[in-house]
Amino acid sequence: MNCIIIDDEKMARVILKTLCDEVNSLNVVDQFSNAMQAIKFLNSNEVDLIFLDIHMPDFNGLDFIQTLKNPPKIILTTSDPKFAIEAFEYDFIVDYLLKPLELNRFKKAIVKAEKKEISSSEIVKEAPKTKDIDNDFYVNIDRRLIKIDLPSIYLIEAKGDYIKIKTDDKEYTVHSTLKKIEDKLPASLFLKIHRSYIINIKKIIDIEDNSVLIKKDVIPVSRSKRPELMKRLDLL
Amino acid sequence: MEQPNLEYINQLARGNESIKNELIDVIKTEFPEEKQEYLESFQKQEYKKIEENVHRLKHKISILGLEKSYEIANKYEHNLRESSIEGAKEFDDILQVISAYIETI
Repeated sequence: MNCIIIDDEKMARVILKTLCDEVNSLNVVDQFSNAMQAIKFLNSNEVDLIFLDIHMPDFNGLDFIQTLKNPPKIILTTSDPKFAIEAFEYDFIVDYLLKPLELNRFKKAIVKAEKKEISSSEIVKEAPKTKDIDNDFYVNIDRRLIKIDLPSIYLIEAKGDYIKIKTDDKEYTVHSTLKKIEDKLPASLFLKIHRSYIINIKKIIDIEDNSVLIKKDVIPVSRSKRPELMKRLDLL
Repeated sequence: MEQPNLEYINQLARGNESIKNELIDVIKTEFPEEKQEYLESFQKQEYKKIEENVHRLKHKISILGLEKSYEIANKYEHNLRESSIEGAKEFDDILQVISAYIETI
């Protein structure tokens, strides 16, 4: 199995590599000190298994899992079992190993990984075209197509290769671009007010010179977008 | 106070001196850096950052076989989540013991 190691701590990466070298079926193709580097790698490379540290600064292991389009098997490594339990809702999580890692327990996890079949036989690569664009659309998150009610969206934020969709009761991180999602949104409801933000204009609470308050988020408005925003509002 | 040891590193290296030396080199390089980062975060009273620093140092504490110290670090990390620095003194003592030990290996 080709695998990668993601851990911000060098000591942890060296220990994992040492353990992997004890198992003939494992081939460590690369190691990463942060999840963003690993995402870039996975955009153009496939692996069978990821050893993933959960507790990392800025972008932790659970954030990383949310971004995976076609997740391979994952073995979590952590000092805190409670974080691992949270991640077990995903069927591609094979096992979790508590640090400091120990060879026999490590080998058991590898046996599990070799036996484990990802339960879904087909991995959905593209979200289908929306049928009823006025009411809802689907996003692909962790091989599940999740329906999002369009009017419930109040903000969409660009985050590198990802977008964060904020609805009245949930947030979703999706591998996509603001441009792609903009094309799927009804122009009557949504407006791009900044290169990194699309808002639902019905959800605006107030507007200042160069920002809008939407729910609890204060969002900047580009100077070039302000006239269009003002035109779209029902002013007294 | 309990003393650090190389039992875990020896188990992992399984007699391979080159692996053992690599692991010791990493700990000798990474521990002082992490300790310094911790002290700087502590000075600035950045609880979230201190908690992250403690979390990383905790792994080194466990690798050096310091079981009781690991529990102290765990409690301290938990306190930091509640924005309390209770346990900082004990944690500092652990760092001092490790600093002295890694000079000898």
